[in-house]
Amino acid sequence: MTSHLVTIDNVDMRYGGPGGTLAVSGLTLHVDKGEFTAVVGPSGCGKSTLMKLVTGLHIPQVGAITVAGKEVTEPVSIVGMAFQNPTLLPWRTTLDNILLPLEIVQRHRRRLRANKAEYVEKAEHLLETVGLKGFGDKYPWQLSGGMQQRANLCRALIHEPDLLMLDEPFGALDAFTREELWCVIRDLHHETDVTIQLVTHDLREAVFLADRIFVMSARPGRIIDTHSVPFERPRDLEVMYTAEFTDLVHDLRGQIAQARTEQLEAAQ
Amino acid sequence: MSAPADSKPAEPVAEVVATPPAPRQFPWIKAAPWLYTIALFVIWEASVHLFALPQYVLPAPSVILGAIIQYWPTIWTNSVQTLYTTLVGFAMAVAGGLALGLLVGWSRFIYAGLYPLMIGFNAIPKVAVVPILVIWFGIGDVPAILTAFLIAFFPIVVNVATGLATIEPEMEDVLRALGAKKMDVMLKVGIPRSMPYFFGSLKIAITLAFVGSVISETIAANSGLGHMMLAAQSQFNVPLVFAGLIMLAIEGIAMYALMAWIEQRTTGWAHRSGMAQGN
Ligand SMILES: Nc1ncnc2c1ncn2[C@@H]1O[C@H](COP(=O)(O)OP(=O)(O)O)[C@@H](O)[C@H]1O
Ligand SMILES: [Mg+2]
Repeated sequence: MTSHLVTIDNVDMRYGGPGGTLAVSGLTLHVDKGEFTAVVGPSGCGKSTLMKLVTGLHIPQVGAITVAGKEVTEPVSIVGMAFQNPTLLPWRTTLDNILLPLEIVQRHRRRLRANKAEYVEKAEHLLETVGLKGFGDKYPWQLSGGMQQRANLCRALIHEPDLLMLDEPFGALDAFTREELWCVIRDLHHETDVTIQLVTHDLREAVFLADRIFVMSARPGRIIDTHSVPFERPRDLEVMYTAEFTDLVHDLRGQIAQARTEQLEAAQ
Repeated sequence: MSAPADSKPAEPVAEVVATPPAPRQFPWIKAAPWLYTIALFVIWEASVHLFALPQYVLPAPSVILGAIIQYWPTIWTNSVQTLYTTLVGFAMAVAGGLALGLLVGWSRFIYAGLYPLMIGFNAIPKVAVVPILVIWFGIGDVPAILTAFLIAFFPIVVNVATGLATIEPEMEDVLRALGAKKMDVMLKVGIPRSMPYFFGSLKIAITLAFVGSVISETIAANSGLGHMMLAAQSQFNVPLVFAGLIMLAIEGIAMYALMAWIEQRTTGWAHRSGMAQGN
């Protein structure tokens, strides 16, 4: 119990009051500290809902969610989030965009003015980590999609969250940029003790990055299976071309396809 | 606004291909507005002579120019008067529109309650309000100012509220997950984001403000271009009526250009990032 950073215990989440959409039901999962987990499932099954439950953006009607030993009843600022849409503010430079969370999170916001240099240094270091060194004074519209997503990652990490939640962050990128960013995330996870939970519809991405993969059923979503990914770390992109890797991807694909068919049959 | 985009020189990023220096030639695009305006007046002048149109139907531009020179003192005082009522009404519309726009964009509840009312109010032809304003405030500057205000304020409200209402939900989620309050979201995202919409609406609002003040002046005023044109019309001084029109056009264009310039200066980032509204 104590080693779990995130515990989701038999949670139901319904949108729009009684009679609204039941997005997840009977959802149960645990994430250990420092672990890299991935969540896959048919679209509309409640993956984003899971993210929002863990970050405290939504509070479930049934069940409980615990993050770092505390039940989630409001947004938890030890979490960083990044979505598919990088949502950088176009009137701020990349650096100022990355510093934005510090203007919000209570414990940083008080120190920000006096310790600006220290924070800027930290942001520059993050930019370097994701391969954006020297781009801090560029505006978002001067960056390509992949670069914006790198900056988005920096923004999610600047307040040193214990838990990083990524909701299909690479969905809109081309295959090569996506692979580059996989390596960025892999190295980030390797170099820090951050816990990462990644929602993705790209099964290869899930298998390449995660220690464990949760497979969700069709809506209302719950976990129907959990896979442990056996590959040694640090992993090289080459691992994707092994038979074991392909088998695991194939398994996942079968499970999700099945969940989709069941949903379609239920709808008929 | 923490950092206007044009405060720092924006170097092109590697993937942006630098455009080669354009060969020196006559700047047709830049000159086009002037060329077209000159053409309009030339065609106008020629048509009047060609079809021998009487002056009381359509005076030639040269005749109008003559009228402008002849009646300059009158035209000048009335132009200043119209500009004054328009600008006061416009300033009130900016303050009121900005405030109400922020309020409406702030909460769904206020939005849902006020929006139908505002639509209904906007649908009333403002010319129908002028008699009421005259009953309340008498003939003079006040009805003109208020009509300009009433007609100009709607587009500002709608634009500011739109800017606030179209914050990306993901952006709001990112901030709220960090513990941001509604006020933080507004200050960091909503208000800066609605500024291009606001400044964009000023061009429309200033044009409408002229409509409002002139409407009011033609109904109930002792001065202003609207009043002057009405008086000239009753004396069949058609060149002076047209002189008033030309002055209105000049004031309108000048104010529009000023607003466009302010928009460009304040929210250049929106144009470069492609966030600007299409107008
Ligand atoms: N804010 C909301 N209000 C109402 N229904 C919602 C809301 N957000 C998500 N839903 C519904 O909940 C279900 C799960 O959504 P989501 O978690 O976004 O799925 P996923 O991310 O797996 O595609 C969907 O049917 C969706 O329509
Ligand atoms: Mg989703």
